[in-house]
Amino acid sequence: MSDRGHLKKTAHLAEVPASWEAGPRGARPRRLLSTRTIVVYGTLFVAAAYYLLPLYVMIVTSLKGMPEIRLGNIFAPPLEITFEPWVKAWSSACTGLNCDGLSRGFWNSVMITVPSTIISIAIASINGYALSNWRFKGADIFFTILIVGAFIPYQVMLYPIVIVLREIGLYGSLSGLVIVHTIFGMPILTLLFRNYFAGLPEELFKAARVDGAGFWGIYFKIMVPMSLPIFVVAMILQVTGIWNDFLFGVVFTRPEYYPMTVQLNNIVNSVQGVKEYNVNMAATILTGAVPLLVYFVSGRLFVRGIAAGAVKG
Amino acid sequence: MTSVSVKDLRLSFGQVTVLDQLNLDIQEGEFLVLLGSSGCGKSTLLNCIAGLLDITDGQIFINGRNVTWDEPKDRGIGMVFQSYALYPQMTVEKNLSFGLKVAKMPKGEIDKRVARAAEILQIGPLLKRKPSELSGGQRQRVAIGRALVRDVDVFLFDEPLSNLDAKLRSELRVEIKRLHQSLKNTMIYVTHDQIEALTLADRIAIMKGGVIQQLADPNTIYNAPRNMFVAGFIGSPSMNFLKGEIALGAGGRPVFVTEGVSFSLDGYNAGEVLAPGRKVVLGVRPEHVKVDEPAGASGEVHKAVVDIEEPMGADNLLWLKHAGHTMAVRTAGSRRFSPGTTVRLSFDMTLASLFDAETEERI
Ligand SMILES: Nc1ncnc2c1ncn2[C@@H]1O[C@H](COP(=O)(O)OP(=O)(O)OP(=O)(O)O)[C@@H](O)[C@H]1O
Ligand SMILES: [Mg+2]
Repeated sequence: MSDRGHLKKTAHLAEVPASWEAGPRGARPRRLLSTRTIVVYGTLFVAAAYYLLPLYVMIVTSLKGMPEIRLGNIFAPPLEITFEPWVKAWSSACTGLNCDGLSRGFWNSVMITVPSTIISIAIASINGYALSNWRFKGADIFFTILIVGAFIPYQVMLYPIVIVLREIGLYGSLSGLVIVHTIFGMPILTLLFRNYFAGLPEELFKAARVDGAGFWGIYFKIMVPMSLPIFVVAMILQVTGIWNDFLFGVVFTRPEYYPMTVQLNNIVNSVQGVKEYNVNMAATILTGAVPLLVYFVSGRLFVRGIAAGAVKG
Repeated sequence: MTSVSVKDLRLSFGQVTVLDQLNLDIQEGEFLVLLGSSGCGKSTLLNCIAGLLDITDGQIFINGRNVTWDEPKDRGIGMVFQSYALYPQMTVEKNLSFGLKVAKMPKGEIDKRVARAAEILQIGPLLKRKPSELSGGQRQRVAIGRALVRDVDVFLFDEPLSNLDAKLRSELRVEIKRLHQSLKNTMIYVTHDQIEALTLADRIAIMKGGVIQQLADPNTIYNAPRNMFVAGFIGSPSMNFLKGEIALGAGGRPVFVTEGVSFSLDGYNAGEVLAPGRKVVLGVRPEHVKVDEPAGASGEVHKAVVDIEEPMGADNLLWLKHAGHTMAVRTAGSRRFSPGTTVRLSFDMTLASLFDAETEERI
């Protein structure tokens, strides 16, 4: 019986090939100019242009001299490229108070951003580690308070913080602002680290305890080396957030410590003399350069860190 | 001498009590297997012994020392986890030596111990690799090595083989047994694989709902289970259970009656008097049913119909219909039966088990 079935199948196969061979084979062909591709690429192009046009205008304008700008065509490329506006924006543009450009604001921002980022990430990662792995008494309450803190609008807390800083003698100083940034970064960063550490296999933590490592040993030797992506994510969040901050910079510091964003605002809004659009554009690009650079350098790690939360490994 | 001793252990997670009033004594050099279905508290018990969970009440002794409040590293234990739990950023060598470095051991001694563990487990060529560059079996060897270098008296294993495929599992099983024979450490081994339990254990503790149901050597567990849970849990296919009652047969001897069919209980070693009328359950393992053989000493033979035949190579598994029951029977692989055949069957009462229908305890 089985023999007959076998024979029949081979016979069948021998008949068919002619019609089979004529049929499709290999990769499915794609037409280059179908309606679908036109719509897809068209939409993408429009969206990209929409986002890039302002940047284009800024760059072009910042490279023109004032006479050329007065001609009025903001989309025209510069006839004569000049870096004068950039130099001026950096070193000699005037605010209402002084005329040393953005450089002062830049260094202030660096002195605010670097310590704030490092301190807040250090504390938040230890918080997250303690909360996810050591489940001490009251951990849940502590965590709830921290998260509730994240939902209170900043504006509500401005004045109380001014008073506190004044009482401890740090109002108006750079270190006062660093403390404020560190505190305000805490809830979201702690949440970030807690969730990341909670996603790491619990048995690793147990193995390290059996091996005799303590609280700090496990943190530095086991947890931190496994968590580079999340540290990069935290760093990007903090650097861009603190660098772009305007409100805290205005409220908590004296004019000589104003961060770059505030300095930029003061240059652009300065009422003396003519409006130097080219200098303003250059100053704006300079201020945005740092977060932009951070994204370009660590964007890949950023994506990896975000994804690592979803699929642990 | 007792090596590990657990006294009146209680463990609760908030409102939920997982272990209660648990007592367990493990002898020095003994291989004890904790066996039970998922969620019965095996890992919890092991973590309590390791000191990775703070217990709610009770005491734990290791080598005669009260370690109830000690840190895991001070208990003289080494532990192997189901997920291997190797430190991903360290090489195999660093994984092995991490604990020794934490303990500030001199470098020479560390190297000696790592080399010895690598030799025993044959992972020498892998020492410079990262865990991600190892196969599952190699990773588990390294994990065992990490416990080995600690040179401890008590090894704790939490389902070390359950992430491996069947072939590797049986290979490593043999290796763990060999390791135990050469090291003679106390080993506590959690599994839900009964083959692992039966092959490795000196004694098996069968757990259900946080309670140890029976603690005995594999042979006793298999042949004289203390209750119906243990009887049904061990053995594949499971023991056949026949519901019925005790009656008086010829000569005033007790017999087991089910669905109007009676079986002599001669040869069954009952622990108590078998009063007529008592509701009981008779348990017979598939290999203790004799098929188509001449009547045994009891002289009783019953008819059954072959429903399904499952040839498995060495064995031939039959599913029989008998007096309203379906019954699994294991015969030699060389004997074949076509479905629908009527066979004669009898039970080997010396190896059967009788349980009270109410309490499900062995009689
Ligand atoms: N952290 C915890 N909080 C609350 N309940 C828990 C916790 N850990 C375990 N349990 C509960 O304790 C019981 C025993 O868990 P345990 O991990 O010991 O089971 P197990 O026997 O090891 O199971 P498995 O074979 O699946 O590993 C389970 O019912 C589980 O839900
Ligand atoms: Mg478990």
